[in-house]
Amino acid sequence: MKIVVLAKPVPDPAAAAERLGSDNRLDRSAAPNVINGNDEYTLEAALQLVEAHGGEVTLVAMAPASGAETLRKGLAMGATRGLLVTDPALGGSDAWSTARVLAAALKEVEFDLVLAGFDTSDGVGGVVSAAVATLLKLPYLSSAAKIEPNPDAGTVRVRRISPTGFDVLETTMPALIVGTQLLGTPRYPSLKGIMAARSKEVAQRAVADLGLSTEGGGSAGDGAVGGSASRTTVTGKRTPPARAAAKVVRGAPADAAKEIVALLAERRLI
Amino acid sequence: MAAVTGTATASTAGTGAYRLTEDQILLRDTLRELADEQIVPRAAEIDRSGEFPEDIRQLLARHDVLALPFPEAYGGVGADLLTQCIAIEQIARACVTSSLILSVQGLGSLPLLLSGTEEQQARLIPDLASGKRLIAFALTEPEAGSDAAAARTRAVRDGDDYVIDGGKRFITNGSVADIVTVFAVTDPEAKTSRRLSCFAVEVPTPGFSVVRLEHKLGIRGSPTAELSFDRMRVPAANRIGEEGDGWKLAMGTFDRSRPGIAAQAVGIAQGALDAAVAYAKDRKQFGQRIGDFQMIQAMLADMDARTEAARQLTYKACVEVEAGGPQAARWASIAKLVAGDAAMAVTTDAVQVFGGYGYTDDFPVERMMRDAKITQLYEGTQQIQRLVIARALLGKPAARIEGNEGNEGTES
Repeated sequence: MKIVVLAKPVPDPAAAAERLGSDNRLDRSAAPNVINGNDEYTLEAALQLVEAHGGEVTLVAMAPASGAETLRKGLAMGATRGLLVTDPALGGSDAWSTARVLAAALKEVEFDLVLAGFDTSDGVGGVVSAAVATLLKLPYLSSAAKIEPNPDAGTVRVRRISPTGFDVLETTMPALIVGTQLLGTPRYPSLKGIMAARSKEVAQRAVADLGLSTEGGGSAGDGAVGGSASRTTVTGKRTPPARAAAKVVRGAPADAAKEIVALLAERRLI
Repeated sequence: MAAVTGTATASTAGTGAYRLTEDQILLRDTLRELADEQIVPRAAEIDRSGEFPEDIRQLLARHDVLALPFPEAYGGVGADLLTQCIAIEQIARACVTSSLILSVQGLGSLPLLLSGTEEQQARLIPDLASGKRLIAFALTEPEAGSDAAAARTRAVRDGDDYVIDGGKRFITNGSVADIVTVFAVTDPEAKTSRRLSCFAVEVPTPGFSVVRLEHKLGIRGSPTAELSFDRMRVPAANRIGEEGDGWKLAMGTFDRSRPGIAAQAVGIAQGALDAAVAYAKDRKQFGQRIGDFQMIQAMLADMDARTEAARQLTYKACVEVEAGGPQAARWASIAKLVAGDAAMAVTTDAVQVFGGYGYTDDFPVERMMRDAKITQLYEGTQQIQRLVIARALLGKPAARIEGNEGNEGTES
């Protein structure tokens, strides 16, 4: 099986230094970049699928040139290669521009499945992967807790989390699947994997290499991508108000449960 | 040497300057995370129980950590000395006992890597690289510590075997190892540098026994064994190097293993500093964080400076030892001397930052302080390191009495 994992380099949330710069764009220098946490879960699922069915995993990302270094961790975990779209003109891309770039990049790669994380820790929009599926006319299966491909039949079955449990969805491949953390905890890169990652390729493409343009000003319908072609802009930012102190209920589970129920009832929430 | 041909350090040829490569940074960050998540939660219990942490050994094997010192051809990672030391540092930051599993796997294997035949390496190394077998290094004897050349353990050739009689003391992992690298006298009449030979003893084997384990101040989960050899037969095929090469092999081993002890010391110091900084941010006295007091700030700043200085010296020593040359032993000893003293000072200060709480086992710093002490003792005491450094400055004493020639001994 050939699987693409969309893996976005994001500021390390552990550094607690995510912030917007004076231009209202993400300040990528504020914290070291890591692969988006949710994308590591789908990468783990992809690695398990190729371990079971054979095949290879390609990481695809749009990021500044330093993203190649960030992707190396994914290669050390076991991905086969990387494809990084990087171009100064892409700075400030919105979700729409990003989706167009990723869709164009995916035309360069053979795949049976594209896996994407639930959302990213910097943008937290969670819409890019749906837009990519739409642009490529791929079946879109979201909130996957389990992915079961049948390569011989060319189909894939997904357990999708629903408010009441799971939905079981099945579609033909190729398809785009959005994973959740229920797919399983990401592995640590093995040290042999780290050494082997040295010899793996991260191909780089600029906007022009993908047949895209950054000219066009963002009016509907044209093919332009990048910061200047984005249709949305961040116009301001403010810190959310501090929350009131939480009430922590302690005690034995049965007693604590009673107390919580009483509290909820008091507020007419149940 | 095959084991060192892996990762190229981004050293600037000729100048000895270095920067960590992307691989080394990724390896460091990966091991820091692994250690924080999987080893830190075990460290206090390992210390308290004094039991060898078999689970950590398996964890390190599973993640190829124990494969680091070995050539790729035999299932290893083929990491250079600096990369190995970065790994030791990250594990020691969490738990020194755990870092010793990697250190000693490297130490015990060095004679085999330096002088083992292709047949010996192909036969013995794959199981060491996979972590299936552990190896120990046995040079020190009750009466031959710093004066290692005074070893009395005898090996006598008998047909295709050697018969070894005697014993060793202070042998790290001696009771859990599957192979013990034993140094024994093959020619008592020869000059010091030609008396010893080196053997890979595969255990269990008749005549080999573990007499006792030491009760120690620190590294309590790392078994330190006294070994006894009673007419123990070892095939001549397991002699490493030629007869009489033992001394040269032991000294060549220390040039490469001492930076590892320095790295361990740096790791302990960093662990203690991290704990002290976290405590200084959290602990309130007189209505403010103790980190707001200048006396605490000055201690933390000094601890950081000492730790970083020791780290940079250790990394530099790795590059110099890897490059070889006449200064290798000096660099190895300087790094161990400075880093060992830094670890002792920084961990002692960390206990001070914690105040009375630091003296209890509710916090990790008292364990780190106990663990730090060993880095001033083993693989050559700090006094022996000074002797090596002084010799590099002044040359060998002209009128050295026979029997002490080249003495750079150790307790391992």
